[in-house]
Amino acid sequence: MVSTPVLYWLPGAPEFRDRLAAFRARPSWDLAVALANSRLDFLATNALDEANRQAFPNGPGQEIAGDTIRLAILGSSTVAHLHAGIRVAALRRGLFVSTYEANYGQYWQELQDKGSMLHRFQPTAVLFTLDAYHLLAGVNPSWQAQDADVALAELCGHIECCWTCAREAFHCPILHQTPLPVFPALLGNNEHRLPGSRSWLIQQLNMRLREMSDHARVELMAVDDRAAQDGVRVWHDPALWHRTKQEISPVVTPVYGELVGRLLAAARGRSAKCMVLDLDNTVWGGVIGDDGMDGIVLGQGSALGEAFLSVQRYAKELTQRGVILAVCSKNDEANALEAFEKHPEMVLRREDISSFVVNWNDKATNLRIVARELNIGLDALVFVDDNPFERDLVRRELPMVAVPEVPDDPALVPQCLADAGYFESLSITQEDRTRTQQYSSNRERVALQAAATDLSSYLRSLEMQLLWRRFDRVGLKRTVQLINKTNQFNLTTRRYSEDDVVAIMDDDRAFALQLRLLDKFGDNGIIGIVIGRIQSEDVLLIDTWLMSCRVLGRQVELATLNLVAGQARSLGAERLIGEYLPTSKNGMVRDHYSNYGFSMLESKPDGASRWVLELAKFTPVDNFIEVREG
Amino acid sequence: MEESEVYEILTGVFHDVFMRNDIVLRPGLTAADVPGWDSFKQIEIVLAAQQHFGFRFSTKELDGLERLDDLVKLIVAKTKA
Repeated sequence: MVSTPVLYWLPGAPEFRDRLAAFRARPSWDLAVALANSRLDFLATNALDEANRQAFPNGPGQEIAGDTIRLAILGSSTVAHLHAGIRVAALRRGLFVSTYEANYGQYWQELQDKGSMLHRFQPTAVLFTLDAYHLLAGVNPSWQAQDADVALAELCGHIECCWTCAREAFHCPILHQTPLPVFPALLGNNEHRLPGSRSWLIQQLNMRLREMSDHARVELMAVDDRAAQDGVRVWHDPALWHRTKQEISPVVTPVYGELVGRLLAAARGRSAKCMVLDLDNTVWGGVIGDDGMDGIVLGQGSALGEAFLSVQRYAKELTQRGVILAVCSKNDEANALEAFEKHPEMVLRREDISSFVVNWNDKATNLRIVARELNIGLDALVFVDDNPFERDLVRRELPMVAVPEVPDDPALVPQCLADAGYFESLSITQEDRTRTQQYSSNRERVALQAAATDLSSYLRSLEMQLLWRRFDRVGLKRTVQLINKTNQFNLTTRRYSEDDVVAIMDDDRAFALQLRLLDKFGDNGIIGIVIGRIQSEDVLLIDTWLMSCRVLGRQVELATLNLVAGQARSLGAERLIGEYLPTSKNGMVRDHYSNYGFSMLESKPDGASRWVLELAKFTPVDNFIEVREG
Repeated sequence: MEESEVYEILTGVFHDVFMRNDIVLRPGLTAADVPGWDSFKQIEIVLAAQQHFGFRFSTKELDGLERLDDLVKLIVAKTKA
C-alpha cells in the first residue's frame, strides 16, 4: 500500500463527525469554512460538501457577493467524484462554487452545441480534464518520428480548439488539467527513442501544454507535477480505471480540489500576499534573547543550521517573485535586529522584511499591526511559527489568517510551504520582482513624513509624478493583475480577463488608463487603473477606478480625478457618472465620489450608489503631483 | 483476523463512508438495503477498507462481491494469508 497525499499543512479535525452533526443542526457559513480549513480525507470532504450543499444550496447569500463561481468541468472520463473536493477547496477560501459536468465523454459536443446544457449553465470558469487514454487513443508504437509528430500536432490542435471554443463562448478563465503519465514504459530508461510510445508522448504533450497555455492564456493545473512528487500510482489506480473510468483516484480528490481551488482563488486575486515569520526556532535555531547572536544555530557546518538557512533561502526567493515578508516575534527588538544586521550567515536581511514587528505583545495583536502597516487584509497573511501554542492562538483569534502546521524539522518547512500553495500566482510582472524594494522605499517615505512638519510640506518634498498611458500590450499583465487583485480601493470590483482588457484597448468608445507613480524614492510602478466608457454623446461612465493601497494618502485620487475629467472633456463628455458597488472589502471607498464633489443620483438597498459630476462646474483641485503622459 | 473483528472495523468504515452511525452490518446486507449506496459509494467502501486493512483487493476479488459477508470472508482470508 502507498500512503495517500493529504492536506498535511492544515490542522487536524478532531471530532469531525460531531462538528458536522452540529453544523447540520445549525448551519452557519463560517462554521462550514472552518471545517473546510481542517485536514479532511476524501470521505470527510464528501460529507462536508453534501451537508454544506443542503444548508446553502445557492451559496451564503449577500455577504460574499461576487465570490460565486460557476465552474464547468469538461472531462473525457468519469469526473463525478471530483466535484466535492473542488467545492470544499473553494469553501476553504470563502468562495462558493457551483459545478456542472458535461455528459460522459460529451465535452466536445456540448462545447459545439450552443443549445447544450453547458451553454445554458453559463460558466464563469471552465476546467478541462482530458485523460491520457482518451488523448492518445490512436497511438501506435510502430510509428516513425514523423508519424508521432503529426499526431502530436493534431492533438495540440484539438486542445487549442477546445480552449478557443470555450473562450469565445464564455469569456472566462480556463483551467486545463495536465494528463497523468499513466502508461507503462515499453523501452525503459530511454523511452524517448520510441516515437510512438504512449509513455513518451504524454510527457511530450505535457511539455507542449506549458508553451501552448502561455500563448493561449490558459491556466494549467499541473497534476503531473503533483503526481511526480506523490507517485503516479497514488493518483491513478489502473484497477479503478478499468472499473469506473476514474483517471483520478477518489482518495486524492481533496488534493485535486485544492489545486483547482487555489487557481480559482488566484484568478480572483485571493492568493495570500505576505508571509509573516516568527524568529526563534523558525528562521534560526535557539532563542536569540537567551543564546545571543553567537549562540543561535544557523548556517553552514551544522545540519540543523543549514536546515534553517534553507527556510530563509525559500523565504528570500519568495520575495523575488513578489511575496512580501514580515516578522512577528516575541523578543527585544534590538536583539532581533542585531541578528539581521550582523549575523554573517543570515540570508534574510532587514531590507527583505517589509514589516518588522518585534515586541512582547501577543501575536494576534502584532499580526493586526503587520496588516495595517502593509495596507493589506488579514486574509492576505500566512503566519509561520514553530510553536503550536502560538499557531493555535492566532487561529482562534484571527481565523482569516492562514496558519500552516509546519513540520518540526526545519528541513521540511520549505516544501510544506510550497505544498500549501498559499501564494499561487498565475503570472509574474515587473512589479512582483521589485515589490519588496517598493515597500522598503515606503518605509523611507514614512520616515520623511515623521520628519516633515506638516502634510503639505511632506507631500511637496516627495516630488511626485503621475505618469498616465492608455492600456498597452507591454503593461497588459500588470493591468490584469491589478484589476483582479485589488480589493480595497476598488469602486466596482469588476474583474476582467486578459481578453476583456484587450477588447477594451480595441474599443474606441472606451478609454482606459494605467497610472504610474514616481517620487524621489523611486518608481512605485503601475498603481492605478481607470476605465471609462462613453455611454451616450455627453456622458462618460467610470466603469472601473482602482488604486493600490500602497499609495493611499498621497493625493493620487485627486490627481487622477483631474486627469479623468480632462480626458473626458477632450472626448466631448459633459458629465462623469461614477458607481460604487459594495463588497466585503471596499468599504474605504464608500464615500469616494461624495468626497470628490460628485452628486448622488441613486442609492440602492444593497449599498450600491451612482453619482454624477457636471464637468462644466468642475475645477481641477490643486495638489502636489505633476501629471503627464508617459 | 476473526469475522467479528472484521465486522467491527467495517462498521466504522461504513459509518465514515455514509457519515451516519445507525447502519448495522449483517451478513446478507447488499447495496439495495442502504439508501445512497450507489456505485460511487461502493468504490469508497472498497478504498476506505483498503486503507484500514492495509492491502489491496484485486479486480477479480472485487468482481466476486455481492453481499456483505462475501467481503468479510475475503478480508478474513486475506488477513490469514
